[in-house]
Amino acid sequence: MSSDHILTVDRLMMRFGGIVAVNELSFAAERRKITALIGPNGAGKTTVFNCITGFYRPSGGAIRLAHDDGRTIQLERLGDFRITKQAKVARTFQNIRLFPGMTALENLMVAQHNALMRASGLTFLGLIGAPSWRAAEQRAIELARTWLDRVGLLSRADDAAGNLAYGDQRRLEIARAMCTEPVLLCLDEPAAGLNARESGGLNELLLSIRNEQGTSILLIEHDMSVVMEISDHVVVMDYGVKIAEGTPQAVRDDPKVIAAYLGADEEEAIAVMESGT
Amino acid sequence: MDYFAQQLINGLVLGSIYGLIAIGYTMVYGIVGMINFAHGDIFMIGGFIAMISFLVLVSLGLTAIPLILLIVLLVSMVITALYGWTIERIAYRPLRHSFRLAPMLSAIGMSFVLTNFSQVSQGARVKPVPPIITGGYTLHEGSQGFAVQLSNIQIVVVLATIVLLAVFTWLVSRTRLGRDMRACEQDQTMAALLGVDVDRTISMTFVIGAALAAVAGMMYLLYYGLVDFFMGFVAGIKAFTAAVLGGIGSLPGAMLGGLAIGLIETFWSAYFSVEYKDVAAFSILIVVLIFMPTGLLGRPEVEKV
Repeated sequence: MSSDHILTVDRLMMRFGGIVAVNELSFAAERRKITALIGPNGAGKTTVFNCITGFYRPSGGAIRLAHDDGRTIQLERLGDFRITKQAKVARTFQNIRLFPGMTALENLMVAQHNALMRASGLTFLGLIGAPSWRAAEQRAIELARTWLDRVGLLSRADDAAGNLAYGDQRRLEIARAMCTEPVLLCLDEPAAGLNARESGGLNELLLSIRNEQGTSILLIEHDMSVVMEISDHVVVMDYGVKIAEGTPQAVRDDPKVIAAYLGADEEEAIAVMESGT
Repeated sequence: MDYFAQQLINGLVLGSIYGLIAIGYTMVYGIVGMINFAHGDIFMIGGFIAMISFLVLVSLGLTAIPLILLIVLLVSMVITALYGWTIERIAYRPLRHSFRLAPMLSAIGMSFVLTNFSQVSQGARVKPVPPIITGGYTLHEGSQGFAVQLSNIQIVVVLATIVLLAVFTWLVSRTRLGRDMRACEQDQTMAALLGVDVDRTISMTFVIGAALAAVAGMMYLLYYGLVDFFMGFVAGIKAFTAAVLGGIGSLPGAMLGGLAIGLIETFWSAYFSVEYKDVAAFSILIVVLIFMPTGLLGRPEVEKV
């Protein structure tokens, strides 16, 4: 089974001064599956993301990414742009971080930097307009347009990203992350601020990314309609530790999870559940 | 009227040179948010390299002026770009994550280093070169014996500026490098997450800015026929003023600001007094900034929540 795990987080520790934000957290995300990381506010979910994507250097533990070809990459040792370039991990943020002054299409073109960098022979072939470079640029535009089409923004390709509606910006961010051709896509609250219809559309988009691209997805989400509907596996955190994991159904019925969310202790939660059923 | 037309031509030429330098200030400010105070000295270095390579070519027996100019242009752009790259590498990059004033202080220090380096290595005297591009046209013969002159060198300066601006605009708006630069300008962290090598993109910004300053340095040499180790200071301050006047961070703004400063200075010298031309340029800057704090073309900075 362990060979099927694309991401293995092994006893991850993250301390900020005296505060332990993540304490000996271990979990794994399966290849070509959607794994959700949930928990009350302040549970340490985003800290885990920041460790995975190289923003923080963990105080301890290991984060391993296993590529399809059998290569294993220690993510906690990479940083910065290498996370995308070598490890092929992409992420989005809780707050939207598009390049607002650039068009939707340009946003997706920046994400293909690495492919274009190779084709441009470190800029110089690009400056003289070599045919191989033109072909690569054309392919990049095609890929960008394909993704714009999939998120329903093809008609807005030349509009500044900052002028798009909120829900459109969210989808454009996911499209941009996918343009880096990642093996693992990390989404930090992709449904935040979306209405019911929009989050339904998001579910379809994420499922199609999993099914068609075969990209593994790790997401943080508070919107339970998203988590329950599309996740294959759910990991629940509270106060920096894992308190439960399993299928969405199993997690939903776990008294420890309910207790964490309601802020009650375990006995009270069981009592609430029993009185409810 | 003739006098006015003549001053207009002179002002546009001077403004083109300021504009080329101002682009370097505005680009660097846009991408790393610092004022590169050594940029004026990069311009001076560009002028010196143009002069040295010109003298070398002439002493080698080359006589074809267009060929000489082309080689001088390429040599000074490449070597000055190398200076720009090195300065960013040793003086700014190590301080990138330090407090805000650190790279600025380092830039001021770098400016002194470059000034003194040229003073020591090239001597403190003004270095003249013989006029390289001569001749010109008389556009209009005035009644009182005053003629409006357009010299060939003025045509060369303006044409070179227009061509460079066109190439540069294309580079920023249409190429991968330009996209990366704009992305880094808006959100460096996100650009890095998308695989853009932010350090390299910043280096390229310095390289391009220095290459444009080298062209300005060469134009200055051709136009005035001299270089000296201290010329980067005043020209740098003027170009910085131009960048602020146009709206720092805005590329067309830098060019517009450069032209404005060049014209103000020329007209003030022509109609009022030469001694107070700098006062005029800086006074206009103050007035513009009072009424338009973001400059002529700058966008107001939106406070992020």
